[in-house]
Amino acid sequence: MAETLGKNTVAQVKLTVKDFQSDQDVRWCPGCGDYSILAQVQRVMPEFKHKKEDYVMVSGIGCSSRFPYYLDTFGIHGIHGRATAIASGVKMAKPDLQVWVATGDGDGLSIGGNHMIHMLRRNVNVKVLLFNNEIYGLTKGQYSPTSILGQVTKSTPYGVIDNPFVPVSLALGAGATFVARTMDRDPKHLQAMVRRAEDHHGSAFMEIYQNCNVFNDGAFFTFTEKETRPDRVVYLEHGKPLVFGKEKEKGIRLNGFTPEAVSINDSKYSVNDLLVHDEKDSTLAFILSDMIHNPDLPRAMGVFLATERVVYEEEMQNQISRAKSKKGIGDLQKLLNGDETWIVQ
Amino acid sequence: MEKTVKNLEDVTIRFAGDSGDGMQLAGTQFTNTAAVFGNDLSTLPDYPAEIRAPAGTTYGVSGFQIHFGSTDILTPGDTCDVLVAMNPAALVTNLKMLHDGGTIIVNEDSFTEKNFKMAGIQSNPLENGSLSRYQVFRVSISKLASNALADMNLSTKVVDKTKNFFALGLMYWMYNRPLDQSIKFIQEKFGSKDPQIAEANLRVLKAGYNYGDTVEIFTTRYEVKPAKLPPGTYRNIMGNTATAIGLVAAAKKAGLQLFLGSYPITPASDILHELARLKEFDVKTFQAEDEIASICSAIGAAYTGSLGVTTTSGPGMALKTEALGFAIMLELPLVVIDVQRGGPSTGLPTKTEQGDLLQAVVGRNSEAPLCVLAASTPADCFEAAYEAARIAIKFMTPVICLTDGYVANGAEPWIVPNVDELPEIPVEFAKDPSTFKPYARDEQTLARPWALPGTPGLEHRIGGLEKEHITGNISYDPDNHDFMVKTRAAKIERIANDIPLQTIDGDSEGDLLIVGWGSTFGSIKAAVEAAREKGISVSHTHLRFLNPMPRNLGEILYKFKNILVPEINNGQLITLLRSKYLVPAVGFNVIRGLPLSSEDIEKRIESIVGGENG
Repeated sequence: MAETLGKNTVAQVKLTVKDFQSDQDVRWCPGCGDYSILAQVQRVMPEFKHKKEDYVMVSGIGCSSRFPYYLDTFGIHGIHGRATAIASGVKMAKPDLQVWVATGDGDGLSIGGNHMIHMLRRNVNVKVLLFNNEIYGLTKGQYSPTSILGQVTKSTPYGVIDNPFVPVSLALGAGATFVARTMDRDPKHLQAMVRRAEDHHGSAFMEIYQNCNVFNDGAFFTFTEKETRPDRVVYLEHGKPLVFGKEKEKGIRLNGFTPEAVSINDSKYSVNDLLVHDEKDSTLAFILSDMIHNPDLPRAMGVFLATERVVYEEEMQNQISRAKSKKGIGDLQKLLNGDETWIVQ
Repeated sequence: MEKTVKNLEDVTIRFAGDSGDGMQLAGTQFTNTAAVFGNDLSTLPDYPAEIRAPAGTTYGVSGFQIHFGSTDILTPGDTCDVLVAMNPAALVTNLKMLHDGGTIIVNEDSFTEKNFKMAGIQSNPLENGSLSRYQVFRVSISKLASNALADMNLSTKVVDKTKNFFALGLMYWMYNRPLDQSIKFIQEKFGSKDPQIAEANLRVLKAGYNYGDTVEIFTTRYEVKPAKLPPGTYRNIMGNTATAIGLVAAAKKAGLQLFLGSYPITPASDILHELARLKEFDVKTFQAEDEIASICSAIGAAYTGSLGVTTTSGPGMALKTEALGFAIMLELPLVVIDVQRGGPSTGLPTKTEQGDLLQAVVGRNSEAPLCVLAASTPADCFEAAYEAARIAIKFMTPVICLTDGYVANGAEPWIVPNVDELPEIPVEFAKDPSTFKPYARDEQTLARPWALPGTPGLEHRIGGLEKEHITGNISYDPDNHDFMVKTRAAKIERIANDIPLQTIDGDSEGDLLIVGWGSTFGSIKAAVEAAREKGISVSHTHLRFLNPMPRNLGEILYKFKNILVPEINNGQLITLLRSKYLVPAVGFNVIRGLPLSSEDIEKRIESIVGGENG
């Protein structure tokens, strides 16, 4: 915590991880991916440019939504699905605050799906950390809107028959200006994505693959574990070709609008034939997100899209400023009087 | 020709026509003119849920009733003296509102076979003798309007749209009203946008007026003198407008930004419309994606130190329920305006009802008390909304302010308060990290501190999980929960120390007390006054506060032999009164989507005490 140092001036105290750890015991299951996400956020927050007291972490209901209790900032543990609606209110009412949302695949995409898409389309400057574990953890193991077809859960003993959401595609479709994907078991990348979200001016949507070791253990291991990750994950970097593989020997090229994995070590293709990532290109972002449907392609991680658009709460404030400069500051007595009064003696 | 002028104490006119005929506009214009003239008045817009139902059908009929007079006007009138019917459907659906011997003015041109069929009637009511009990004036309104515009080269559609101004002009003549108010309105509304339309409406308005003056069928004009109202500066105001500016006034007095999260719903949307225009007052309005987001955004805004408000009607209230419980747990100030309408479910969206009282007082999961108050007349919405905000801030609690379709859309003259004389709304934010505890409480009010994000050193978390007393940390401790449930209830009970004692109109003991709440005020008062004129002793007390109730309410109730509780629901206040005070109250419940009839209440009074005193 920033303290006044001896003299009357408040020094620019460098904050540390400890400053963002609350005094509450963390109560997630041992081994839960949430621990890593909390740790990475706490590690990165001291670098953030705004004052600590200006951060508000809002959540809904679910395991991920306990997040605010463990972070020593202002926070609201909301009601199920409504984190983005509450956060929108916080940000609209006081745009100086830095508002983040911690939510999950159930909270943010099922019960709260409507609020999520509307916040993203409005481009309220709120940063969303969506913990995706493809399961309901807090209610002990029912399927979620990201659970995969056929998945056997407590509420689907014969397998899931709902087609799952692709969270990145949903966010892109809703008109989000920043969309990224990362994972709990890649701390460096997770930190980098949190920094990027912090720096983004507008709604930021970040899907985080998070392992629920109790109800859906290993759902993402093929992407997160060292042995398989190089072949199963391609990292997106703006202006760089999409290269992956243990020896960086593979890449993604576009065949028309269809991405395909190719070897760049043989004579047919070289790195020059590969798709070069462009964060400003929303069409490309959809193509990259859609790779999820082709099991032969690696999973894309990183920033899919980072564009700028009018920020909702700023435009809201602008309308007020314009009204004031045109009409003058409102006179309450005149408002009460209305257009026409008469006097009774 | 010479016309006689007759003085009348009060008159009720009902304008009725197709939804597209501009009846609401004609009614509102007549209202404003009567108000500025100095009459006391009360209005009842009565319109269908369909926006433009097929022309000529009974379900497309839109009505507007205005009761104005030189005396204290309490209701829009149980029945009307004059019915202006623009087509057969308007006539047949509204005839039951006209008392025997009343006056009917019809647009004769619309009485065609086609329109009879549309209205579902077999023969022409103007010819078949069914209107013999009334005085009928057949006026060729469409043709006369069209003649007035003959040289203007306007389309039939445009010409047809002016006919409401003909009816209005004729009524102005009949009741000896100046045209200035409406001329000014037409010029302001259409003048710059479409001078031709303005000219057309002005011509037809004057044509209607002159028609009354010249034709021989109208032999009498009526005069309704200004009312002897208490001295002051007056304006005419509708309930939803009063609510909106009451909220703005409260925010300004408290020095807070007003944040409204809302979702369009009849009949509450006008509050959103009003506030959306008032940006120069630092009002932020947010039309959310749904009712839930609207209240959640208001809660988020309240957390940052705004006056958070959400406005809705019954079905929307149901959707806000969970978030209301959340706001109770967070102990943040929040104002919820519920403009009640007929229910359940979609019910009667454009009609009035008092059906949400129990929903407001007890309709949440678990023990979730909050403050509930109600507005009794259109102008009273100002004070009710203001008081809701004051209590919400002082006690750090959600407050539900109940209005209803009748008071929201009705209008009456209002003494404009002086801004400097409005009650103060002090606000204090927590500042000192060394003493700050999120759930420590003020000794007197039991309110917790309002600690805003952005305040250094006050970082803390609040949420829907049970709180530990003082620290606000999550607590599952059984004793703590028991303590917190009771403390939240005690806090709401303490509001009773902050509100006026209940007053009573009439004797403070006797045979009959009428207990009312909300929009039934005018009907009950009119009934009580009528009964007293017949020598019946009856007292009336009208509740602003439904939860908590005023501290002396029990003492008042216990001094009467009979207690009558008229409500536009199936017995909700009576349920609360019986359970809290164990009194043998009886109900008077009529749920027709309309204000209670004061005549019916009076009959009920007579049936209870008339035998002994009458």
